Amino acid sequence: MKLTLHVWRQNGPDEEGRLETYDAPAVSPDQSFLEMLDDINEVLVTEGKDTIAFDHDCREGICGMCSQVIDGVPHGGMDRTTVCQLHMRVFNDGDEVFIEPWKAKAFPIVKDLVVDRGALDTIIQAGGYTSCHTGGVADGNALPIGNPTAEYAMDAAECIGCGACVASCPNSSAMLFTGAKVAQLAVLPQGEVEAKRRVNMMLEAGKELGLGNCTNHYECQASCPKGVDVKFIAKLNREYIKALL
Amino acid sequence: MAIFQSSAAEITIFRSSVGRKIIMAVTGVMLMAFVCVHLLGNSTVFFGAGAINAYAEHLHSLGPLVWVFRLAMLGLFAVHIIFGIQLTLENSAATPEKNVQIKRLRTGFAAQTMIVSGLVLLAFVVYHLLHFTVQVPGMGVYEFNEATHMTNVFIMVASGFKQVFTVLLYVVGMIFLALHLSHGFQSFFQTLGLNNDRSLPLFGAISKVFGVVILFGYISIPLLIIFGLVK
Ligand code: FES
Repeated sequence: MKLTLHVWRQNGPDEEGRLETYDAPAVSPDQSFLEMLDDINEVLVTEGKDTIAFDHDCREGICGMCSQVIDGVPHGGMDRTTVCQLHMRVFNDGDEVFIEPWKAKAFPIVKDLVVDRGALDTIIQAGGYTSCHTGGVADGNALPIGNPTAEYAMDAAECIGCGACVASCPNSSAMLFTGAKVAQLAVLPQGEVEAKRRVNMMLEAGKELGLGNCTNHYECQASCPKGVDVKFIAKLNREYIKALL
Repeated sequence: MAIFQSSAAEITIFRSSVGRKIIMAVTGVMLMAFVCVHLLGNSTVFFGAGAINAYAEHLHSLGPLVWVFRLAMLGLFAVHIIFGIQLTLENSAATPEKNVQIKRLRTGFAAQTMIVSGLVLLAFVVYHLLHFTVQVPGMGVYEFNEATHMTNVFIMVASGFKQVFTVLLYVVGMIFLALHLSHGFQSFFQTLGLNNDRSLPLFGAISKVFGVVILFGYISIPLLIIFGLVK
């Protein structure tokens, strides 16, 4: 099939960006979105032109590197699908496709579709870990954790840190990302110890990084490729209140 | 990468993102409670002049308590508005440049226009207070009753709502109130973490119904008066 792509091109964080149009004359429905872009880049290379820069790594939906706003939705709006797992069969011949980077003050554009998501690392560094000494390697089942709790923590831990929650949020808030980590650790015995400090420090980091405030649009959950639930934001709020009291 | 430096001591509820969200939710729910009580009080108008005037006299007889209540309301309102504006400004600063194409999957019109509906409501409340509380001469018919030392509330309300323009202003004001509350009500539960993944859609639906009930409850008064159904 034939597609017309409108791709955001920008040379650096302080440069002026613009949408540029490219023809994709021979797209296979079996290709992934990133393979389709690889084809475009191959042509650009042979023409001696600057290729389209985009982030990717595993290409199997687990690393969280791929990050593109496709037709106005981070990851393209397919339920629980990263860009790398989005396949061209969902497009139709003749479609115009808009491809843009994540846009938030906290995510400066490096080049074209690549943004610096170091802000998310900074939030984790502020408290998304446990630092209590647990001694030597314990017996696998020495620490009893109920199945519902383990499942809950695993659901929260599904976050791959791609930043789609920030990109989809009208306020560029990272509350789903922050909430998932706070919730995951707060329900586990190892994480509970530092729960109070963690929630405050992680929230403060988000504020200092210029991320916005959550106003309950729930766009984050809708665009999250892992379907991380906004119930973790409610849990974050509960943890904050607990820390406050 | 930014280096994170704040110490826990500097972090207060008035600075924290979630802290201020909770302040918005708590002041918001108190204002919603007022909206409900005010509607119940207003509905005495359906029982005629005697009923609403008696209700007004009863409130009046509370004396200084009325002023305590008014100051508390003013405080709630001020806090809700100031933090609302501050958070909105921060949120737009967090997204200085937007994508060319933006498609929203889940949020709605009411949620995206909270600042607009909020500011319209502020203007409406100022107008409403000047009209019915301050009773600015010329804005309405204020007949002083020597016996009760009060304005005849029924005449004031009924004459006001015989004018098409006034009724229109009140109806438009209430549409914005309904929009604001239809997002605000469910937001309260999420913000205080009083929900879970199963109750969230339920609170969302209740929130919309709440907005509609408040809308029809309030606009029924001017509409029934202008169509001559309340005498
Ligand atoms: S490239 Fe790893 S998740 Fe898409």
